[in-house]
Amino acid sequence: MSEAQLVLDQVEMAYGQKVVLRHLSFTLAAGEIGCLLGPSGCGKTTALRAIAGFESIQAGCIRLNDDEIASLQQQWPAQLRGIGMVFQDYALFPHLTVAGNVGFGLQGLDRRNHRAKVMELLEVVGLAGHADDYTHVLSGGQQQRVALARALAPSPRLLLLDEPFSNLDVELRERLSQEVRDILKARGMTALLVTHDQHEAFALADRIGVMEGGQLRQWDSAYALYHEPADRFVADFVGEGAFLPATVIAPGELEFELGRRACPSTVESLPGQAVQVLLRPDDILHDDDSTLKARVVKKAFRGAQFLYTLALPSGATLLSLVPSHHDHAIGESIGIRLEIDHLIAFS
Amino acid sequence: MSAQIETSTLPLRPILLGLRRGWDENVLAWLIAAITLLPLAVVLASLLQPQADIWAHLTEFVLPGLLVNTVWLVAGVGLATLALGVSLAWLTAIYDFPGRKYFSWALALPLAMPAYVLAFVQIGLYDFTGPVQTLIREMWGNSHWVPPIRSRGGVILTLTLALYPYVYLLARNAFQTQGRRALEAAASLGLSRRQGFWRVALPMARPWLVGGVTLALMECLADFGTVATFNYDTFTTAIYKAWFSLFNLTAASQLASLLVLMVFVLALMEQHVRGDKRYTASGRLAHGRRERLRGARGALAAMVCLFVLALAFLIPLAQLLWWAQSVAVDQLDLRYFGFIGRSLLLSAGAALLVVLLALGLAYAVRRRTSLASRVVARLATIGYAIPGTVLAVGVFIPIAWLDNRLVEWVHALGWGEPTQLIKGTLAVMLLAYVARFLAVAFEPTQSAMQRITASQEEAAASMGLGRRAVLRRIHLPMLRGGLLTAALMVFVDVMKEMPITLMTRPFGWDTLSVRVFEMTSEGQWEMAALPAVAIVLAGLIPVILLAWHTEKHT
Amino acid sequence: MKFFPLLMVAALAATVPAMAEEVTLYSARIESLIKPLLDAYTKETGVQVRFVTDKEGPLMERLKAEGANTPADILLTVDAGNLWQAQQLGLLKPIKSTVLEANVPAHLRDPQGEWFGLSVRARTMFYNTEQVKPSQLSTYEDLADPKWKGKLCLRTSKKVYNQSLVGTMIARLGEPKTEQIVRGWVANLATDPFADDTMMLKAIAAGQCDVGIANTYYFGRLIDKNAKLPLAVFWPNQKTNGVHVNISGAGVTRYAKNEKGAIKLLEWLSSEKAQNLYADVNMEYPVNPKVKPDPKVAAWGDFKHDYINVAKAGELQTTAVKLMDRAGYR
Repeated sequence: MSEAQLVLDQVEMAYGQKVVLRHLSFTLAAGEIGCLLGPSGCGKTTALRAIAGFESIQAGCIRLNDDEIASLQQQWPAQLRGIGMVFQDYALFPHLTVAGNVGFGLQGLDRRNHRAKVMELLEVVGLAGHADDYTHVLSGGQQQRVALARALAPSPRLLLLDEPFSNLDVELRERLSQEVRDILKARGMTALLVTHDQHEAFALADRIGVMEGGQLRQWDSAYALYHEPADRFVADFVGEGAFLPATVIAPGELEFELGRRACPSTVESLPGQAVQVLLRPDDILHDDDSTLKARVVKKAFRGAQFLYTLALPSGATLLSLVPSHHDHAIGESIGIRLEIDHLIAFS
Repeated sequence: MSAQIETSTLPLRPILLGLRRGWDENVLAWLIAAITLLPLAVVLASLLQPQADIWAHLTEFVLPGLLVNTVWLVAGVGLATLALGVSLAWLTAIYDFPGRKYFSWALALPLAMPAYVLAFVQIGLYDFTGPVQTLIREMWGNSHWVPPIRSRGGVILTLTLALYPYVYLLARNAFQTQGRRALEAAASLGLSRRQGFWRVALPMARPWLVGGVTLALMECLADFGTVATFNYDTFTTAIYKAWFSLFNLTAASQLASLLVLMVFVLALMEQHVRGDKRYTASGRLAHGRRERLRGARGALAAMVCLFVLALAFLIPLAQLLWWAQSVAVDQLDLRYFGFIGRSLLLSAGAALLVVLLALGLAYAVRRRTSLASRVVARLATIGYAIPGTVLAVGVFIPIAWLDNRLVEWVHALGWGEPTQLIKGTLAVMLLAYVARFLAVAFEPTQSAMQRITASQEEAAASMGLGRRAVLRRIHLPMLRGGLLTAALMVFVDVMKEMPITLMTRPFGWDTLSVRVFEMTSEGQWEMAALPAVAIVLAGLIPVILLAWHTEKHT
Repeated sequence: MKFFPLLMVAALAATVPAMAEEVTLYSARIESLIKPLLDAYTKETGVQVRFVTDKEGPLMERLKAEGANTPADILLTVDAGNLWQAQQLGLLKPIKSTVLEANVPAHLRDPQGEWFGLSVRARTMFYNTEQVKPSQLSTYEDLADPKWKGKLCLRTSKKVYNQSLVGTMIARLGEPKTEQIVRGWVANLATDPFADDTMMLKAIAAGQCDVGIANTYYFGRLIDKNAKLPLAVFWPNQKTNGVHVNISGAGVTRYAKNEKGAIKLLEWLSSEKAQNLYADVNMEYPVNPKVKPDPKVAAWGDFKHDYINVAKAGELQTTAVKLMDRAGYR
């Protein structure tokens, strides 16, 4: 189990003329939890199904440990890959009890050990009391746990989770995702999850890949995605923020409405070049003493903080997170200050 | 004041509505069941008049042999139709191979071939005097080593070939609507396609399979034509012997009652075993790609389908056509337009009515788990297990009684001197068909109904749809496949039906199956071929329609 | 929805009283064997005849259930046993007709005049001409002799023709003797009993067995199609009681609305001009002794037939059936 390492190398897939995966490459280390994040239709679920063995790839290869489980030459059948899967709709078997579902994939155990293993897993997911219920009497969250226990039972080399929490309400989603992460980590399980919800991705995954149009834009840690997005799409999709126009005024320096800053190495810095800088809400601080003023256009209460949408004199808008005891009315002008270590800019 | 009443009754309304709703559905179920219950009661009433003499004779000399025969027949036909129907359905639903598209509907065609016709054709072809054994004798001198067709094996084979389409159609419906997600889940848990079939697809298709096998077995138990042609003694032949040969309809009805009770108990036992399980498809209906069988495996799959189709349909049809053309010159006349027209009209009318009532019944009992609702559904559909002629009498007696009362009133009121009013009308004929064929429509409708969840109905209701609107906009579209299957099977069954048609038809209302009866009752099978071919060809119309529909929607 | 107006029309059509004189038949004799005659009758007399066909059992239940309101004037069957049974159930009415009494010999009608034979059906023996010489054959009883072991073919005992045959044997020989003979038959069977006479005759012709018992008209139909079949008629029991015969016949129903018309029709059917048509259409023998059978039928030769009253067949039918069950004759 600890050897598990998933490698996707230049995987390509198309349905007829429609290309759904292009040059998809990433590596997931043993015991790591990965996540493919992206809007619907970006190809993330297809990638998951290709890894599981439900779709055939047309180029590149997929390796698990040292086995080449999918390439143009050979596609291992799903059942031989040793890859477990939790389906978005759980796909529980309605004709079996909870214990029947969980024990479904367990093979080569005698009755007693089989039952013991099932009970152990039900204990893990907190459903020991429901072993003999039929699945249709369970709540959504309980069904989800049955699906997880069922997938874990045969001790797969890799666990895939397809939008595992999308059918649950927000509160349950947060609690369950933490629980699931704990369970997976406790068992040292290598897992790959697919979601369109970045909070879910951040809560669960060690490494996250942002996908768009069948391509992987960035494969990185959550921190890096947020603070060092590789391109504008990633910057836009992950986290909140606003773009401001800026101009390179000298090698290594640029200027925009909020002042001058060092130009990041990611953009060409020929003087006169126009670029866009990304400002996260936490980069903009509220400071009554600042001479820099902006007008409140919209505000959203977030408990500890307000998220203000502010308009600069030029008309460009910014986002700012402000402690919630600073309650300003819409239309009011407030002082702001820029506090940022590394500026992010794109050409 | 009125406002006050409004507010005070407000909390009660949902409760009252709920009550009325349950009551409505119960009444609906029992009303539909009454159509079968009345003739059934006539049959069961025989139990009140003991016939000691005849029973002493039957139990000593007749029952032991026929019980063994019946058990063999039920076990053999049950297992064989299940094996054949399920494997063909699995093959055409999951795999792709040369000709699959055609086989997937053609394999339902034997449904149009009446079992008694198939029986005669099989004997004609494979018995000692038939072309196959004659050829063997010409080549090798004798044919003693050929297994005899007029045997237990022959009856089971023939009935299996005639009845497997019930299982095939329902199983295919199940596999197609099952959602591939469950199979993928099985694969992700390390199960091969084959294991997934045994442990997931098959158990999840259970209501369909039970429905199909139930139909096949009920028809098998009620069958007289086939077993009579093979001279194979079963419960039905004993019923007919008691009635026609020993002139004792009461004893015949008692035998039929026993048959009914057995079927009833078996059906309830199955439902009990099924217990709490649900068969609602989990997840969306994913239309996964079919797995392509290449090379030898594809050819083998096509050969298997062709072999079954040839044995059950193509060869018998060829034989029928050969006989039909030899008598067509003498037999085929303008009256055939009438026979065909009346057959089609009756079949279509009965299909419509029976499916409508089956839908009502399935809807009324759809989420009821009480014993009463199980019993009512079973009772309403038990007519299919009663030998046709016995049921025909059961239908006729109460109708004639009612008609006589009506005639008395009309006479007493001085409105005329009619001898019959409702008797001998098409309405009575159609009601009789309902009593007989409700099961045929109920099984596929009920299976399909299991895939509609309470939350789907509730969602529709929460959007302000009334009950009728929910039925129209949720149930009908979701049940379409099941209802079409039901209509097809009833249509074809009415087309083939003899005893009820014979007994309740108005003067001059001869149909194709009446023609078949006329010819076969004098042993003139070659002449019967002409109406039989017409039945088969007319039966093809709905089979092809259904096939076309399923291909379009998958 | 277009269907319901049709229903209404049919409902009305069924209840509209007829204008012209009309006779109604419940017939177990199939349409093609009666319609030509009935058409001829209508043409000759202007009387309309309507009928439904079904098996005897359901037809009798129908008469019973309908009681006084039955539309049927005549019940027509293809054997004596069922007419006897209809009589027992009180479904028929005795009629006095000198014409019928003159046309139908006494042993082919009910002594009380409740029913009358209209054609004679002879149940005789047939043999494979390549394997059997006629001199080897003698009586029905002889077929129980072990010399025929593995050489006999029979039709099922569920068919009324065999029940009548055995019934008349019981009347003549008594139950024990008859049971012994039937057991002998069963022991001699070459193959399981057949569902119908035609299958059985084909099996004799194909050499599966040497000899069997069948009605003559089935044989007639077979050799009509293929004259070269190695199959021939043998008339058994000529030195004793004669060949077993049954009838197809009819009686007037108890609640006949048009009793006079029904009697007229029966008289006409037994008359010389109708008898040939009635019998020849199915290669049967006329009941009326003044009428000669069809030349094709006559070619099989003259024979002496059993003069026991065919009512006996009905009377002893249940006894015969039970006897055959005991003897293991399926």
